[in-house]
Amino acid sequence: MFKKILLATDGSEHSLRAAKYAVEIGEKFNSAIEVVYVVSIETSKSDVLGAASDFEIEKKRRDKLKSVKELIKESGLDYKTHILHGEPGPVIVDYANKNKFDCVVLGSRGLNKLQTFILGSVSHKIAKRAECPVLIVK
Amino acid sequence: MRTEQLRQEWFGNVKGDILAGIVVALALIPEAIAFSIIAGVDPMVGLYASFCIAVVIAFVGGRPGMISAATGAMAMLMINLVAEHGLEYLLAATILTGIIQIIFGVFKLANLIKFVPRSVMVGFVNALAIVIFTSQLVHFVGETWVMYALVGLTLAIIYLFPRITKAVPSTLVAIIVVTLIAIFGDLGIRTVGDMGSLTQELPVFLIPSIPFSLETLMIIFPYSLSLAIVGLLESLLTSNIVDDMTDTESNKNREARGQGIANIVSGFFGGMAGCAMIGQSVINVKSGGRGRLSTLVAGVFLMVLIVALGGLVVQIPMAALVGVMIMVSISTFEWKSLTTLHKIPLTDAIVMVVTVGIVLVTNDLSKGVLAGVLLSAIFFAAKISKVKVTEELEMRGQKRIYRVEGQLFFASVNDFVEKFNFTDSVKQVEIDLTEAHLWDDSAIGALDKIEMKFEQNGIRIQFTGLNMESKQLINRIGGITKASGN
Repeated sequence: MFKKILLATDGSEHSLRAAKYAVEIGEKFNSAIEVVYVVSIETSKSDVLGAASDFEIEKKRRDKLKSVKELIKESGLDYKTHILHGEPGPVIVDYANKNKFDCVVLGSRGLNKLQTFILGSVSHKIAKRAECPVLIVK
Repeated sequence: MRTEQLRQEWFGNVKGDILAGIVVALALIPEAIAFSIIAGVDPMVGLYASFCIAVVIAFVGGRPGMISAATGAMAMLMINLVAEHGLEYLLAATILTGIIQIIFGVFKLANLIKFVPRSVMVGFVNALAIVIFTSQLVHFVGETWVMYALVGLTLAIIYLFPRITKAVPSTLVAIIVVTLIAIFGDLGIRTVGDMGSLTQELPVFLIPSIPFSLETLMIIFPYSLSLAIVGLLESLLTSNIVDDMTDTESNKNREARGQGIANIVSGFFGGMAGCAMIGQSVINVKSGGRGRLSTLVAGVFLMVLIVALGGLVVQIPMAALVGVMIMVSISTFEWKSLTTLHKIPLTDAIVMVVTVGIVLVTNDLSKGVLAGVLLSAIFFAAKISKVKVTEELEMRGQKRIYRVEGQLFFASVNDFVEKFNFTDSVKQVEIDLTEAHLWDDSAIGALDKIEMKFEQNGIRIQFTGLNMESKQLINRIGGITKASGN
């Protein structure tokens, strides 16, 4: 049923919790997991300003995926990682729909009410527009 | 292959590029006007510049999808030139800026940007944000509470309107609402029209009416050099950011040449010097702009709007413009650099703060960047000038071996020489240079000195493990007899 799982992550605590759920589902259905990290346009700007070279940027982003990667590796499931660029919500929806995933797993960012009011919620957008079941881990 | 690439750069994303170009044009107008006011010229100068630069760079730039126009960083550098010599000299300086930038591009000097550390770049961006903000404060002088209220309203609309819809740019909504309030409320507050004239005409080709003399050149050259450097710096930084945002590559030397061509055209058509803009490029990419078409549409649509609606534009209250510029400065400032200030290496933090400080004191971004680059070069030299020397005894205390690790050059040799004990009781000394590298005369001089001092005390000395490059240096310069025979 859940043969292809898309795990959206940003390296935060929340997304690590989401990864644990993805692994548990994956173990039940023997699924392949694809991990994506979307670099938003604002993050791009501060990453470029905050790193000494393109190699440092690349390394910092790979490091963000490290703990999630290790978690999945331990389970022995088949997995891949990708770094994508753009607005996280639409990019994840697009990627999930185009590659026909069976399930999207992601962490809720745990923003407070004001932050959600100003920033909007990425997880809400994905839940609305993805064509497959979406698991939002709180 | 080349035509295929060209087609992709121009028509690979037609719908997204046209829509994003329109959004950018709307966002460019208030900024172009505000930057003209900062520079001390009529709003038309900034608007013509934004039109010319955007249109030209769409064809000759090296980074498709990046937006270039009149900018705050450049406007800051022109204030004194305009105040002391007038508009015609600014136009001449703009043309000369372009020529200098083309020379930079032709000689591939764009690669030099790698010597500008990111901490200087962050300082540059933060200083720019602060200067844009402080340049708005003058508009509050002698104003009543109405001004403050309207600026507050402008900011409230800009930040809260996106919650209702993102289809219409919130800055545009804020400007329209505040302008309507000012017109129908008959508030009698200052408007864009009070700051200078705005003509609803297309720019025409003109040669700046200045005396073509060495004296003129001496006046404009320092300004042009600063403008050229700051313009390239911001443009190349922006192209790095756009590269990363879109996960594509760009041609930096072509961009440098393109910026030069764009500025020359701008100067001949009555515009001021400009460069790429981080904020506008972010707006463009966010709105779906990717190709050259987006930049072209932004420039052309800006001019269409001015020709069609110039009569309305002059009625925009300064309060709305000030509100927009405060938003621009808030989004330009790299807030993350404050929260991570205590986490980054101390020297990087010092370089960043010094860059900002020098800009605020001199009001000149190029001086801040220069100071930042020099300071970080000094810090770097200090960091690599640490030479490690370890020692051990051999042959039952008869021979001492010194192992040297590090870079031997003018800045490191003083400390290096002090690490040896010349009045040792051993008969023989070996200096192992396997992990060391000799860079200059000073390094060889230091080794000569060490050899001499040991021999004065009757200790035999031997250098070993020189690497190939260091040996070549010795052969070229001469010195240390023992080592060269090794």
